[in-house]
Amino acid sequence: MMVEKLMEIGNSQLDDNLVEVRSLKKYFDIKKDVTVKSVDDISISIRKGETFGLVGESGSGKSTLGKTLVGLQAPTAGEVIYNGQDVTQLDKETKKLVNKEMQIIFQDPHASLNPRMRVGDIIAEGIDAYKLFKGKERENRIYELLERVGLRAEHAKRFPHEFSGGQRQRIGIARALAVEPKFIVADEPISALDVSIQAQVINLLEDLKDSEDLTYLFIAHDLGMVKHISDRIGVMYLGKMMELSNSDDMFTKPLHPYTQALLSAIPKTDPRAAKRERIVLAGDPPSPTNPPSGCRFRTRCPHAMAICAEQAPPWKEVEPEHWTACHLY
Amino acid sequence: MDHLLEVNNLEVNFKTYGGEVKAVRDVSFHVDKGEVVAIVGESGSGKSVTVQTIMGLIPTPPGIIKGGTIQFQGQDLLSLSKKELRKVKGSKIGMIFQDPMTSLNPTMVVGKQIAEGLITHQNLSKQAAKARAIELIKQVGIPNPEERYGQYPHEFSGGMRQRAMIAIALACNPELLIADEPTTALDVTIQAQVLELMKDLQEQTNTAIILITHDLGVVAETAQRVIVMYGGMMVESGTVLELFENPKHPYTWGLLNSIPDVDGPEKKQLVPIEGSPPDLFSPPKGCPFAPRCKFAMDICVEEMPGAYEIGEGHHAKCWLNDERAPEVDHAFAPKKKEAVAVGSEA
Ligand SMILES: Nc1ncnc2c1ncn2[C@@H]1O[C@H](COP(=O)(O)OP(=O)(O)OP(=O)(O)O)[C@@H](O)[C@H]1O
Ligand SMILES: Nc1ncnc2c1ncn2[C@@H]1O[C@H](COP(=O)(O)OP(=O)(O)O)[C@@H](O)[C@H]1O
Ligand code: SF4
Ligand code: SF4
Ligand SMILES: [Mg+2]
Ligand SMILES: [Mg+2]
Repeated sequence: MMVEKLMEIGNSQLDDNLVEVRSLKKYFDIKKDVTVKSVDDISISIRKGETFGLVGESGSGKSTLGKTLVGLQAPTAGEVIYNGQDVTQLDKETKKLVNKEMQIIFQDPHASLNPRMRVGDIIAEGIDAYKLFKGKERENRIYELLERVGLRAEHAKRFPHEFSGGQRQRIGIARALAVEPKFIVADEPISALDVSIQAQVINLLEDLKDSEDLTYLFIAHDLGMVKHISDRIGVMYLGKMMELSNSDDMFTKPLHPYTQALLSAIPKTDPRAAKRERIVLAGDPPSPTNPPSGCRFRTRCPHAMAICAEQAPPWKEVEPEHWTACHLY
Repeated sequence: MDHLLEVNNLEVNFKTYGGEVKAVRDVSFHVDKGEVVAIVGESGSGKSVTVQTIMGLIPTPPGIIKGGTIQFQGQDLLSLSKKELRKVKGSKIGMIFQDPMTSLNPTMVVGKQIAEGLITHQNLSKQAAKARAIELIKQVGIPNPEERYGQYPHEFSGGMRQRAMIAIALACNPELLIADEPTTALDVTIQAQVLELMKDLQEQTNTAIILITHDLGVVAETAQRVIVMYGGMMVESGTVLELFENPKHPYTWGLLNSIPDVDGPEKKQLVPIEGSPPDLFSPPKGCPFAPRCKFAMDICVEEMPGAYEIGEGHHAKCWLNDERAPEVDHAFAPKKKEAVAVGSEA
């Protein structure tokens, strides 16, 4: 089968990285002469079996990076490397197979499921597109998936509106799992859910990661959950990666002033915690169509220096495995 | 002592195609001068309806205020005429909504919307109202106040709109500020700005605040007292310290066990609340949490628990607090891993 061919190619380039992007750019021309640089020259690698957390303010380019990674959008420039091969250079046939291994779960469980389709058919979208199973086998696969995500076989006949937000998110997860992916981008999978339901979905994602040998890119606003679920974390601001390190280091010794402000802004659930001096950033994020020169964070940075307006800070490994882009280092 | 606001036995229903929804059931609480009281609970638990009833914002029909009283500075708000209520609201109670875009007038410049209240409720001249409005825009931390005065809401960012709403609410120097999820739509760094602003105001002007939020961190950092709602009912209430350290309701335990620990060195195991939020059309005759409660007993399904007094000002509506109820061991002990795991389906 084609899958075997794919595995051979993958094998010939053995390394730890499952997905890698090099100098990735994704620009949108929104008007004549107005371009949004949603992802602007980002290079990261996601290792096999890890959960890579991605955080940053609204509009910083997290979803754009996620969609470009799984091939939902073509990059403006740069490489997307999956299992050692540059996806952008593949022929159509092979690309389709690679894309099958990379799935995405969306933030809004209402908008991402077709209201006129039955749950079983929604889950089988990928199965049908790739012609994986038919008839009885297809049906059994749907039941198996429903049970895998904590729903029941009889749910297959129902429509999305008959489910709660948390259940709909489970349907989205089952749809992603249907084609046996290796890599899943979870784009704010819990933001639309109640606190009591968020933990259900997080625990499910963690279970599935172990049982199905998955690798995740987990995008979120909730820094607490990102810390909980991620092995490494990347912080984005206005289309650029600001900092990257393992989850513990990011929370105990953040290097970049933006990360420091972001962490200091998290409300703590300990009512006895000493009243902290919080770093409150002045102002709003600048418009992504007209980002500041030099360092994009400089208009809100409490440490900004003259050089910050002149030169973009280089992406640098300041400590082992701990990267940042800031002139302070 | 007389409370600034006192709500007693409030009952609000909505007539819908599916039947009558019991949105708020027997809600009683008070707010004192200068206090921050938080209301938490999942979506649909009746938080917004509760405060909208205080503000006289419930459309009737489909809403029906079945019973209860709302005393504000000794006046029963529910018995006031529309005109009288508008006067109280305009001069003493301010409100901030989750989505400022729906409550700001998109066709009027932001400055005028702030000045309007000053002219009608404080009898300021046009000139004086404009000057005061610019001052307020500055006070809520929006740069270039003169220029911003003449801009429309769509020219503001989300955080700036929320601050403009706060400026409108503050224009009347309210005794009570009601904030319904004021930061839910905002990024954390902007949320920090807005919360800081609200806290400053409360400290400087001794304004009381009712803060609806689903973020327990926001509760811990800003409120003195908390009300936990579930299925239209208040299931637990008390001081923030009591609620976080000595919670007495399984739903509160569930909430606290569902959130990760940001500061802890070790990874805490999340224990979710299984099942889905309740159906308000036909609430069970017993405890609304019973279908999801790991500790439910036969009586829970049969009979509604009363509000047990745990300590001063700390109440929990749960049969487990009855002296005849069995002991539940280690049902809740945040931050200790082995204790947290107890009660999950092991
Ligand atoms: N299809 C598109 N056309 C034009 N602009 C776009 C498109 N998709 C994204 N953008 C712009 O790119 C920038 C980054 O958007 P993106 O959705 O990636 O942000 P995000 O970090 O996921 O934000 P959020 O936290 O709000 O989901 C934004 O300025 C957005 O308006
Ligand atoms: N105008 C309305 N018409 C019908 N039902 C309503 C209306 N407003 C609120 N409700 C219902 O009342 C219940 C409580 O809602 P709400 O107070 O908005 O919850 P929340 O706690 O999320 O703020 C929900 O079931 C909601 O659907
Ligand atoms: S490069 Fe300069 S402006 Fe940017 S984060 Fe570092 S110190 Fe601040
Ligand atoms: S009254 Fe019963 S069902 Fe309700 S919370 Fe208490 S133990 Fe659980
Ligand atoms: Mg996004
Ligand atoms: Mg609400």
